[in-house]
Amino acid sequence: MEDVILCKNVSKRFWEKSDPERDDQIGKGRTKRSIGGRKREVAALDDVSFRVGKGEVLGILGANGSGKSTLIRVISTLLYPDEGLVEVFGLDVRKHPHAIRPRISRVSVEASFFKKLSALENLVFSGRLYGLSRTETVTKSAAILRRLGFSEQKMRAPLENMSRGQQQKVAIARAFLTEPELLLLDEPTTGLDPKSRRDVQEFVEEVKATGQTTIILTTHDMAEAERLCDRVAILDGGRLVALDTADGLKRKVGVEAGNLEDVFFAFAGRKWEDEEEDEHEA
Amino acid sequence: MSMKPEHELDETGIPHIASPPRRWTPGREWRTMYAFVERNFHLVRRYLSWEIVNIFYSIINAMTIGLISFAAPAKDKAATTLFLVIGALMWGYLSILFDEVANSITYERWEGTIEYTFMAPIRRLTHLLGTCLWGASYGLLRTLIVLAVAAWFFHLPLSKANLLAAIVALLISSLSFMGLGLIAAVLPLLSTERGAQATHIIQGVILLVSGIYYPVTVLPRFVQWLSNFSPATYALDTTRAALLDGAGLGVLWPSLLKLFAIGVALIPIGLAIFTTAEHYAMRTGRLKRNG
Ligand SMILES: Nc1ncnc2c1ncn2[C@@H]1O[C@H](COP(=O)(O)OP(=O)(O)OP(=O)(O)O)[C@@H](O)[C@H]1O
Ligand SMILES: [Mg+2]
Repeated sequence: MEDVILCKNVSKRFWEKSDPERDDQIGKGRTKRSIGGRKREVAALDDVSFRVGKGEVLGILGANGSGKSTLIRVISTLLYPDEGLVEVFGLDVRKHPHAIRPRISRVSVEASFFKKLSALENLVFSGRLYGLSRTETVTKSAAILRRLGFSEQKMRAPLENMSRGQQQKVAIARAFLTEPELLLLDEPTTGLDPKSRRDVQEFVEEVKATGQTTIILTTHDMAEAERLCDRVAILDGGRLVALDTADGLKRKVGVEAGNLEDVFFAFAGRKWEDEEEDEHEA
Repeated sequence: MSMKPEHELDETGIPHIASPPRRWTPGREWRTMYAFVERNFHLVRRYLSWEIVNIFYSIINAMTIGLISFAAPAKDKAATTLFLVIGALMWGYLSILFDEVANSITYERWEGTIEYTFMAPIRRLTHLLGTCLWGASYGLLRTLIVLAVAAWFFHLPLSKANLLAAIVALLISSLSFMGLGLIAAVLPLLSTERGAQATHIIQGVILLVSGIYYPVTVLPRFVQWLSNFSPATYALDTTRAALLDGAGLGVLWPSLLKLFAIGVALIPIGLAIFTTAEHYAMRTGRLKRNG
């Protein structure tokens, strides 16, 4: 199978303000002094390697702050990796972002729009950036939004008056509008009601069934990951601690009959127990 | 077999086959620029009542400044009024252009759309020129409205004026201000909250050294020297010569050439600084707003 994404030993660190008096993390990582005070290094991604094949849906699970969004940003050419190689469609994200960009799109947790403008105006704007005419955008987005159970009358109302779920559906329409070969979904269903969530999940399933679009999906919903993803990766403190099919992961932690939540705790929950032990020793 | 084009959606809204990347054409760059113009136009429409307030304020402002001339000796009054009103209009136009370019980034950071705009398959130059195109058209429209009102209120003596030369001067000076706008846009790119305010510092300095409301000769020697570098100085000199003395392009071309040279230098410098800042932001994760 041809690789759509190749990540090899990818690391990304950020500098975060820290208070040396109080910071219990100090001494664990590098620190530096700067104008704003002392800064501590945070490893958002730490030596992450994996590959994703064409048409595959890869789920990424992990606790808050484990690096999921950072990984999505690196793949979407918005953030340069510090170390390692990231290739999308065989192209290095650092060297050929312009060749990658027309073929990908992203949905983030926050539906980011010009809130004063209507859904349609926002969609026409992004459509144009991808070379779509107004008519093309209107037809395609209407079809997608209808599929997502978004009423067409709402297309012309300012987005600021819409609920989070409605905005998120418009964000999903924006992403699908350009018919991306790679779709990066960063918590697309977080904060949606069960009905809307199912609408989105069914839509993703239908897209998946065409076998043409590769999808990376981060989520905090274990059932969703199990339902939609071919394979599931678990990030813990920036490290990729597991990557397999949902059943494979369950087998690994010995909960064949259990659910993905047990797997999640087995891989991503360990850190907290470790820290508690550290405290007892100290 | 279906004869549908490969990349068409059916009524379910499911893409059949991911379409191949579209080819680059000059028309495509124009359409991208138009996208920014159109979006900003829609925004202005949404805030229409505020636009009216803003234009009203610009008119008041031009009038206040023009009225200063009423304190001048009677024989100089008409010329002084024109001198001041031209200053106010020109500064108004250049400020709008500068603000629109610099604030477009502020606004996108604020809404969180900047990551989407930056990952869109567009050239940064096209993106920024689109914003400039909007700023220039919008600025021109507003300035013409204020000019009409000021001409009526002050009975501006425009019979001698060479309007063509004035418009050419205005357009050429726009280039420099686009360049300055790009440099200023770096500030909100790096810091959402404070960057926008800091762009006013650049504007303040230009206002001080360029002789908008007074001839630069009144400035202390050291500051006067700086005025040589400000594109606004030449912009004002040439528009004033065109409107007050009726000077034509034949007389004004050396100044216009200087103005053009500054513009042609400032745009690539602005773009280079902007791209450097963009890369810095992409390395350090400054683009993200949340999530
Ligand atoms: N732009 C940034 N600047 C500084 N630190 C950042 C930046 N982006 C992420 N981080 C840090 O990197 C770590 C990983 O963040 P990331 O947003 O990738 O987590 P996440 O797994 O998406 O979390 P969540 O489930 O809450 O969305 C966090 O510690 C975060 O504070
Ligand atoms: Mg996240």
